[in-house]
Amino acid sequence: MRTWFVTLAAAGLSLAVSAGAKAQTVEIEYWQYFFKERVAAIDVLIKTFEAANPGIKVKHTHFPYAQYQTKVAAAVPAGEGPDVVQLYYGWLEEYRKAKLLAPLPKDQFDVAQVEKEFFPIVKAMKADGAYWGLPTAVRSMALFYNKKLMAEAGLDPSKPPKTLDELMAQGGKIAKRDAGGNTLVAGYTMGPQGQDHHWWREILVRQFGGQAYSEDGTKVMYDRKGGVEGLQFYADIANKHKLTSYGFMDETQAAFRAGRAGFHIDGSFRIGTFQAVQNLDWAVTELPSHSGVKSNFASYWVNGVSSKASGPKRDAAMKFLKHLTSDAAMQLWLKTTGELPAKPGVALSDVNKSDPVYGPFILGLAYSHTTEFVNEAKQRQIFLDMMDRVSLQKMPVGEAIKIAAQEEQKLLDDHFKK
Amino acid sequence: MTLGFDPRRDPRKIAIWTLVALGGVVMVMPFAFMISTSLKSREELYDLRLFPLAPTLENYIYLFRESRFVRWFLNSFVIASISTASVLFFDSLAGYVLCKYRFKGRQIVFIAILSTLMIPTEMLVIPWYVMSKNLGWLNTYWGIMFPGMITGFGVFLMKQFFETVPDALIDAARIDGLSEFRIFWEVALPLVTPALSALAIFTFLGSWTAFLWPLIVTNSASNYTVPVGLASFSGEFTTEWNMIMTGAAVATIPTLVVFILLQKYIIRGVILSGVKG
Amino acid sequence: MLGWYRSRTVGQKQAVWAWIFLALPLFFFVSIRLFPTGYTTYVSLTDWNLLRPKAFVGLDNYVRLWNDPVFWQVFANTFKYLLIGMPISLGLSFMVAYYLDQVRFLQGTIRALYFIPFLTTAAAMAWVWRWFYQPVPIGIFNLILVDLGFSQQPFLRSTSQALGSILAPAIWAGLGFQIVVFLAGLRAIPDTYYEAARIDGVGRWTILREITLPLLRPTILFLVVVSSIGFLRIFDKVYNMTVDGKGGPLNMTRPLVLNIYQLAFTDYRMGYAAAQTMVLFVVLLAVTVIQLRALRSK
Repeated sequence: MRTWFVTLAAAGLSLAVSAGAKAQTVEIEYWQYFFKERVAAIDVLIKTFEAANPGIKVKHTHFPYAQYQTKVAAAVPAGEGPDVVQLYYGWLEEYRKAKLLAPLPKDQFDVAQVEKEFFPIVKAMKADGAYWGLPTAVRSMALFYNKKLMAEAGLDPSKPPKTLDELMAQGGKIAKRDAGGNTLVAGYTMGPQGQDHHWWREILVRQFGGQAYSEDGTKVMYDRKGGVEGLQFYADIANKHKLTSYGFMDETQAAFRAGRAGFHIDGSFRIGTFQAVQNLDWAVTELPSHSGVKSNFASYWVNGVSSKASGPKRDAAMKFLKHLTSDAAMQLWLKTTGELPAKPGVALSDVNKSDPVYGPFILGLAYSHTTEFVNEAKQRQIFLDMMDRVSLQKMPVGEAIKIAAQEEQKLLDDHFKK
Repeated sequence: MTLGFDPRRDPRKIAIWTLVALGGVVMVMPFAFMISTSLKSREELYDLRLFPLAPTLENYIYLFRESRFVRWFLNSFVIASISTASVLFFDSLAGYVLCKYRFKGRQIVFIAILSTLMIPTEMLVIPWYVMSKNLGWLNTYWGIMFPGMITGFGVFLMKQFFETVPDALIDAARIDGLSEFRIFWEVALPLVTPALSALAIFTFLGSWTAFLWPLIVTNSASNYTVPVGLASFSGEFTTEWNMIMTGAAVATIPTLVVFILLQKYIIRGVILSGVKG
Repeated sequence: MLGWYRSRTVGQKQAVWAWIFLALPLFFFVSIRLFPTGYTTYVSLTDWNLLRPKAFVGLDNYVRLWNDPVFWQVFANTFKYLLIGMPISLGLSFMVAYYLDQVRFLQGTIRALYFIPFLTTAAAMAWVWRWFYQPVPIGIFNLILVDLGFSQQPFLRSTSQALGSILAPAIWAGLGFQIVVFLAGLRAIPDTYYEAARIDGVGRWTILREITLPLLRPTILFLVVVSSIGFLRIFDKVYNMTVDGKGGPLNMTRPLVLNIYQLAFTDYRMGYAAAQTMVLFVVLLAVTVIQLRALRSK
């Protein structure tokens, strides 16, 4: 009798709860750009979140990368679109200034605690004493290599290049060209769509003795020592060492994925892409050093709450953000996308550090730098234009750098003037 | 130019025929490669041959499972149908009034409508966007189609064609006591059906292939039209050329089928617009 | 009300009906076409990024435009599309139509082959051509070139070839329409002209120059205008065939419309974008007016 009563009461209670939840279901919208593994990860996180918060539904929308920024900037001011939005860290400043984002409430996201738990690079997300967005993951870069191609070229797949010189030597053995000089297999991948602009900005420039920007980020410095040599080295990969042709196979990662490239530098987010390809025998190692200098580039995407979300929607959005930045979410994100947890406490576990795939990225994180972009899309375009001048117009590297530095300095000046 | 001799025996004619026909084949080669590649697996992708060794439908299956092409089709179809119906009705009504009614201000109205033909859509995109934003039309069907509900071109075309309808017919109907609307609907309109079919085809095709405005006004994949969906799909699958060709084939095949079915009307429509427009 | 209507004359009744029938279309044209045109003109005099209120800046945007090398690059590109694309496409389509007109066997089928590309979605075909242009081992054009012993060409990844590479599918897609219109124009020329010429023993070339082309004048003018406007407004193909839809490399293929799109919907510089829109408007207007003049002078 008693158990019967309890069962009934429980059933009634759960009915009441679900009815109550139904009555006030809040739907929030989450936006990110399309990247297969990230989309899958968010879908899982939404499921776990909805299970834990029956009153909240999350709608997941994604756009191709090329249109993503346009869509966000168009929709948010119009009161359309996302409540929680994923932004590249280099864009946050623009969005915050335009009042498109809401600050994270301090009672839920304690500033001191955030700073204790997250990697210090996250500090760039702080303004006016509050945080405006937090990442689930950070990413760094490493050198992917095709073991099969290495073996075919008579190289030892267990000894990937440790320095730039070794990279050139080993890549030279892998590269294949036809009688007309057209690249068939690339020793190293180069192309406009890839991560090479970061490799040059934060790694090559430093390894050749310079730095891309002044400490406060207001002055372009890559037109001096280091920048020119770094770009010369980069351009020489194709022009002098003939490891590839710039733009081979359209996208750098496509060449590597198709098994037509020996070495490829990319971000940790690419791990999932390569893992999905059958018959691709690859491994990954730390970025090659040069004259004893090791460097890496770390970046991240943050989740912010758009200023249009108000009332229960804002509360739900903050809850979801909390969920996205939880330790469990980070570990799941690592497994699905290969992007590294944004908290050292989660990232730097011994298991992760010694992982053959994630290890090199996590080690790289220790000596990484972040570029303080004012407008990442524009600054990337300036690099692409510079490489087009060098590779298509055969402009000398020094001259191309001068043009790029002028353009970028103007961009920085315009930004800091306001 | 009619022939005064037997073409089969004239080498010049044979040469002309061969060249013109070859040119036609070259024109459709891009479709052949598109369809052939859409039937190839990734392994066979870099093989130039036109007929795949092991044709497969896996790309199509993947496409319909992983993307929202079916939805984009539906969107495009609904939007193009409604726009076409609206254009046919309002353009012919306005064209009819401007052709057959005598009233003060007619000339001004006609010139005003004609002048809208000179305004490029690109010029209006910014105000339309702001307008849609303020009225909550962003990311809706109505937002995609409102700019094309009535067209200056159609009004002009229909006005020209109503000139071929004798005034006596309309006056007779008026004496018979038909209402003004029924005169338009039952007497005048049936006499200009060739122009209507031409206008219908152009409007539908224009709406189906429109890109700039739908790209701007839509925010979510569920509201994309076929061209916008295809562009986003291709952006997501850059370098997976067999998938992109599958998407392009899916976007193209329906218009080809429609063309094969309605070829006579479409060609006639083009000719009408070329001669009269 | 009804009494008032009944007491009107026939002419006045007609006017009432005319305005009733025209009410909705007129409202539409005023609110969707004419008013926005004025609005764009106003926006072109402001500094505005959608987020902050518009700030009136007078002719600043036009001054900036005058001094902006990217604008002039884009302006030149737009005219390159027109001045290369229009003559080639008209010449080709006339040639095909001229000879197709003399063909009887399977004429309809061959005409259909030429016409089919006109019906396709530009975005879809842009991707097909983008694929054709890839370097080996992907792109068909380069695979053919290499097979024939030539060196491969960069096509879209070249500052000198990219514009032409985008123009090719644009011409390809528009050819069918022009051929069909030309064919109709050719058929409309009465046979008696040709018969008279043949009796006089005039050569084929002279017939073409002295009879066919002059009588085709209205058709040619129509096609010149339609295709000019088409080339001046090129957008879909460039957006879908260049990296990130930016009209690269180095803005070498970026037309005015794409520049306006990027300024307005990527950079949110609405005022500056509106000013460039005004330029496009003036260009299109000029082209149309010149054509109307040419028509009248006949």
